[in-house]
Amino acid sequence: MTSTTPPLPLRTNVAMFVRLLAIQGSWNYETLIGTGTGFCVEPALRLLPGGPEGEAYRAALARQSQYFNAHPYLAAVAVGALARAELDGEAPKQIERYRRALCSPLGSLGDRLVWAAWLPFCSLVALALFGLGAGPLLVLAGFLLLYNVGHIWLLIWGLRVGWREGLRVAPSLGTPILRHGPQVIGRAGAALGVLALPLIFDRIAGSGPSGIVRLAFGILVALAAAVVLVRLQGRLEGWKAGLIALTLVALYSTLRP
Amino acid sequence: MTPADMASVVLVGAVVGFDTVSFPQAMLSRPIVASTLGGAIAGNASLGLLCGAILECFALETLPVGASRYPEWGSASLVGGALYADTPSGSTGALVMSVIIGLSGAWLGGWSMIRLRTLNAQRARRNHDAVASGDPRVILGLQLSGLAADLLRGATLTALLLAISLPLRDIAARGWTQSPDSTRLTLGIASVAVAASAVWKHFSSVPNARIIMLAAAMVSGLLVFFT
Repeated sequence: MTSTTPPLPLRTNVAMFVRLLAIQGSWNYETLIGTGTGFCVEPALRLLPGGPEGEAYRAALARQSQYFNAHPYLAAVAVGALARAELDGEAPKQIERYRRALCSPLGSLGDRLVWAAWLPFCSLVALALFGLGAGPLLVLAGFLLLYNVGHIWLLIWGLRVGWREGLRVAPSLGTPILRHGPQVIGRAGAALGVLALPLIFDRIAGSGPSGIVRLAFGILVALAAAVVLVRLQGRLEGWKAGLIALTLVALYSTLRP
Repeated sequence: MTPADMASVVLVGAVVGFDTVSFPQAMLSRPIVASTLGGAIAGNASLGLLCGAILECFALETLPVGASRYPEWGSASLVGGALYADTPSGSTGALVMSVIIGLSGAWLGGWSMIRLRTLNAQRARRNHDAVASGDPRVILGLQLSGLAADLLRGATLTALLLAISLPLRDIAARGWTQSPDSTRLTLGIASVAVAASAVWKHFSSVPNARIIMLAAAMVSGLLVFFT
């Protein structure tokens, strides 16, 4: 941090953090999270010379509310860095260029780490707890606590590292968690998924009269169906196939005499 | 379900629908959470959890990636869980119907999110000049109106699903002819098949994941065999 930039007051930090939780509130196909980004940076912009009534404030808010796209959690890095750049008085053209450059890495890193790894992993943990016989409270508490530790940590980390580094934030995106996290979580998810699926099947289908034979039969049929779904990837989504199959079962089971 | 229960379902439906994208994305909208909450409102959280776990298996393959189109699981799962938990006998027919309502409602919810995003885009276009001039009231207004509209979307969707699905659930609960055993087996196969394909799609490209899966499958098989 340069000596001319004061540390962000706690109140501003808290306001930016809370607003980050709502960054996608006006998500749309024109500006994506552009308006949301302006909304999140705004508390820091009030510290610009002239305050909220000043020209610098309006010019910066206009810049920060244009088109922007990033993963909603890693957008915290951009919000911190852009707030710092504005308060440091960086050249508007440089800020705009940097803002555009941040879109792609913050989108792909977040999608790989959160949507493609952390969320399915936490979901499998919840399903594994269910398969092991845990009750509603334990399943919900386990899932929500685990997921949101990662969620909140990413927001706080992003805001802090963005503010600390300003327009030099790019090297911080090479941190081991962002680089290797998806692979580590992916391996854990692969193991957990295979271990948990028989337990989940057993709890959904119930033991029934023939115990192990029923379990083995059910899992083999499910695996065969899964192979078909993997082969149909891109042409048919599994949940839609499930909906069609269950609707046919429901029609047959209610309409037959 | 009493009118007070229905009002609670609509209120919580608005909140979990809101959580999907707008605020705070804490995953209250995941089926395993929303359906259990629905079950708790209707008086039996465990039945809500069972319905939610089945829906979670289906939801495992869909990722809420930015501009992609995906189902909105929250409000629909809440209704599914509440409907099943409200069935006096816990009938397996009602469970299947609750899962169908959860899946089709999530589809409808995804469509409603696309409509909302289009409306948000129209508002953004209309206010382009004010945004470009850095008018804080307009920027705050766009954000808050988007948030309010999403809350309203969740409440409306939940109320609509509840109204449509109560009679369907009753028909399925009364007229179901398949045995409970084979119905649960069907549900288990359908949900685990989708979950297994999702695990493969998400994780099989990670280095060494296939070896890890094979080892886990062997451990799993041994555990099933010896226990």
